[in-house]
Amino acid sequence: MSDYVVFFDSGHDPALELLGGKCASLVSMTTAGMPVPPGFAVTTAAFDHFVDGSGLRAEIRDRLAEIDPDDVASVDRASEQIRDAIESREVPEDMHGVLRTAYDELMTRFAGEVPVAVRSSATAEDLPDASFAGQQDTYLWLTGYPEVSHHVRRCWASLYTSRAITYRLRNSIPEDDLSMAVAVQKMVNARVSGVAMTMDPSNGDRSKIVVDASWGVGEMVVSGQVTPDNLMLDKVMLSVVREHIGDKHAELVPDAASGSLLEREVEPERQAVRCLTDTELHAVASMAKRAERHYGCPQDIEWALDADLPDGDNLLLLQSRPETVHSAPGAGPTPAPPSTSGPTGFSLSGLTTSLIGR
Amino acid sequence: MTIEQTMKSFPKPSQIEVPAGAEGWEDLYPYNLVFDNAPGGDEKFWFCDSQHWPTVFKPFETIGGEFAVKCLGQYNTRHLLIPPANGIEFKIHLGYLYMSPVGVPEEEIAARVPEFERRAGHYFQNWDSLLEAWHSKVRATIDEMEDLTFEALPDAVPFDDIVSGKAMDGSQVLMENYDRLIALLYRNWQYHFEFLNLGYLAYLDFFGFCKDVFPGIPDQAIAKMVQGVDMELFRPDDELKKLAVQAVELGIQSAFDDTDDVEGTLRAVRDAGGEEWLVAYEAAQDPWFNFTVGNGFYGHDKYWLEHQDIPLGYIKDYVRRVDDGQDIMRPVEHLLAEKERIIAEYRELVSPELQAQFDAKRGLAATAYPYVENHNFYIEHWAMGVFWRKVRELAGVFVEAGFWADPADMLYLNRNEVRDAIFDLVTGWAVGAESTGPHYWPAEIERRRVIIDALSTRRPQPALNTPPAQITEPFTMMLYGITTEQVQQWLAGDEGSEDGAITGMAASPGVVEGLARVITSADQLGEVQEGEILVATITAPSWGPIFGKIRATVTDIGGMMSHAAIVCREYGLPAVTGTGSASTTIVTGQRIRVDGNAGRVEILQD
Repeated sequence: MSDYVVFFDSGHDPALELLGGKCASLVSMTTAGMPVPPGFAVTTAAFDHFVDGSGLRAEIRDRLAEIDPDDVASVDRASEQIRDAIESREVPEDMHGVLRTAYDELMTRFAGEVPVAVRSSATAEDLPDASFAGQQDTYLWLTGYPEVSHHVRRCWASLYTSRAITYRLRNSIPEDDLSMAVAVQKMVNARVSGVAMTMDPSNGDRSKIVVDASWGVGEMVVSGQVTPDNLMLDKVMLSVVREHIGDKHAELVPDAASGSLLEREVEPERQAVRCLTDTELHAVASMAKRAERHYGCPQDIEWALDADLPDGDNLLLLQSRPETVHSAPGAGPTPAPPSTSGPTGFSLSGLTTSLIGR
Repeated sequence: MTIEQTMKSFPKPSQIEVPAGAEGWEDLYPYNLVFDNAPGGDEKFWFCDSQHWPTVFKPFETIGGEFAVKCLGQYNTRHLLIPPANGIEFKIHLGYLYMSPVGVPEEEIAARVPEFERRAGHYFQNWDSLLEAWHSKVRATIDEMEDLTFEALPDAVPFDDIVSGKAMDGSQVLMENYDRLIALLYRNWQYHFEFLNLGYLAYLDFFGFCKDVFPGIPDQAIAKMVQGVDMELFRPDDELKKLAVQAVELGIQSAFDDTDDVEGTLRAVRDAGGEEWLVAYEAAQDPWFNFTVGNGFYGHDKYWLEHQDIPLGYIKDYVRRVDDGQDIMRPVEHLLAEKERIIAEYRELVSPELQAQFDAKRGLAATAYPYVENHNFYIEHWAMGVFWRKVRELAGVFVEAGFWADPADMLYLNRNEVRDAIFDLVTGWAVGAESTGPHYWPAEIERRRVIIDALSTRRPQPALNTPPAQITEPFTMMLYGITTEQVQQWLAGDEGSEDGAITGMAASPGVVEGLARVITSADQLGEVQEGEILVATITAPSWGPIFGKIRATVTDIGGMMSHAAIVCREYGLPAVTGTGSASTTIVTGQRIRVDGNAGRVEILQD
């Protein structure tokens, strides 16, 4: 496939310039063995070829040049014209079919056609010094190629919303070479979901992994609307150290028809049992451990078991961010200071102390 | 039993009714081991050591308990002066052995510290050379025991002895060798404990450290970081596996059709051109067939050397599996790699300032701990195997002289009575008159047999009298898994957990479901089918070959360091130990779920 499309699991170099922040991170995590929802990036090269090959580049430059920064109406007018142009202009001949082929290939991974999310992945996004995140659009529950193709263009177009243009003007971000990648990603159909932290948040013990899990989409766990199953595992052995079954009375499930989430009661027999099998729990903990290793510090992850994917391949990592509360240097339980060591490096008096308990 | 007692106490020994037919049982055992004669019987807390002595003692067999527990104590009390712990008092009640740990008075603890550190320090710092010496000492003792002879007395003193002026009639060999046999056994039991308590001590120290640094760390994780992988205790089983692989390579599988017929099997091997195999089989026997299917403490324990149908049966099973394309060898490399991974990962999680301590404590435990596992082969299997064989040889001399019908009958005499019987035997023989024994012992043995059989109909109380609020003695916890929680669970009786699951120690990780096979004696091992879950009172390490067949193990007795726990971790099988009641609650054929991570066993289906 050309440089216009990069699948997350293609092993491609996670180049920020080509993939944008979000897609680079998805590629990087996939390469590290973390199961992010499958999908592909429509790269900045695709965007560039589109705007250059269709003559849009010059048109955009001209429209932006007309803007009077103090006149909101002029910004809005330019924005609308640029976005209309992006959404309606034919793509160059050699790009035809590339997106379509990628979409079809993604769909072959599932039993049938599944909804996807289309998310913008700007090159300036998710960077430490640019709070640009969220300025561009994300579209959920899109079904069928025409919808997807249309919303890729809408993402591209969102690079030129009034807000985005104004933001760049205010922060003196040059318009030249501005580009954007777009993520086309399988929409997670969560049967079970939750969070996991690679330490014990109650005392900072880094030898533990704590998992909260409940039925359906994870929002109810995060917002505290249900009491999830709470499981503590030993990080090295991955065996359960402590287990509390939550009541999990309700669940949010995706409703593809309406493209939204539906809240419903959980039947009593599912409330009282752990919503993760041992194998699934083991997979969640292993994944959290892998994320910690990948990022080099304790992580707080969101995960889901996807109903559309086969067992064994259905665990998905939705988010991984550093755990900040307990990860400060020096945190963690500290036992009594070491006693003096004997010639073998072994502390006899330490042994005596542990024997007589003082 | 009153309600109050069920809540707080176990019965007093004096309150427990003697099983019908067992009246007078006290007289079968040494006077000092009977509660009635000794101080504290009805007051102190006693727990039953059914881990080592799961069945009723015949009088001669009390020697095992007496030597073992005495020698355990001497190291705490007299050799090492372990600050908080002396030995363990022991008594026999209704044929079973009960123990009560002896603490050190609070005011004497501090004074023992410097001596303890000096003595334990010497051992820890010279571990390898002292252990090497240990092997020589034990081997010499076993060899000497092996050289002892017990033979029928001759009709006349050989003429050579007349010529040499020997001036002895040969009966002194019988008398001296009997005394020597007992003395050598005693010596071996002293050796047994020379390193054992230190091994436990180093382990406990590392254990406590891990629990401090990683609250809630699974016990089995700690065990995995220090236990040996390639151990002598597994050698007998490994030898059988090698022989099985060789048999398949040589294409002599059909020779193993009927391994109950030992002679026939070996002949069939030879006929099939398996000379090479026979040489290997012969070589494996010394010392690795000095291996018992029991635990070495009973006269009825069967040793491979004398019951070769047992190892040949295991080989037959392994041959079949090799033929099926299975890899029967233990995944030693994988186990070693897994051990290294676990150590490295925990080490990485220890704060930098504690890493040196982690390394030192783990290093010491890893040095000292393998003894805890390996000594078992040398004493319980090898030395005890030779001892019991010599006991049977002596008993055979008596059988020939008409004292009793079967060599095993001698076990109904205590060891001092055996000495008296030797006096009786040699006197009758020397005087040329009838010995008294043949007129006295058969009836007396029968009387005693009735008592032992009556005692054997009952399982022992797990403990006696009122338990302390907290059990703190480290050896009791370590060796026997006797913890405050365990005792409370016993007191809760058959109520079990809230959801009806049987709970015990999470001794080896993993979860499996399967059909239960309940085994109460090593003689039933042949019943175990491929893929079943072994449910037993206890297991012995010599059951190794069984662990290649089963999917999990559940025991009534034992802690994290019990044989079942060690072997299951080694074989990568889930285990739940110390359930108290699994073998009496679960029935063969039931579908059960064993959760070795949580220490739970559920009966899924009858």
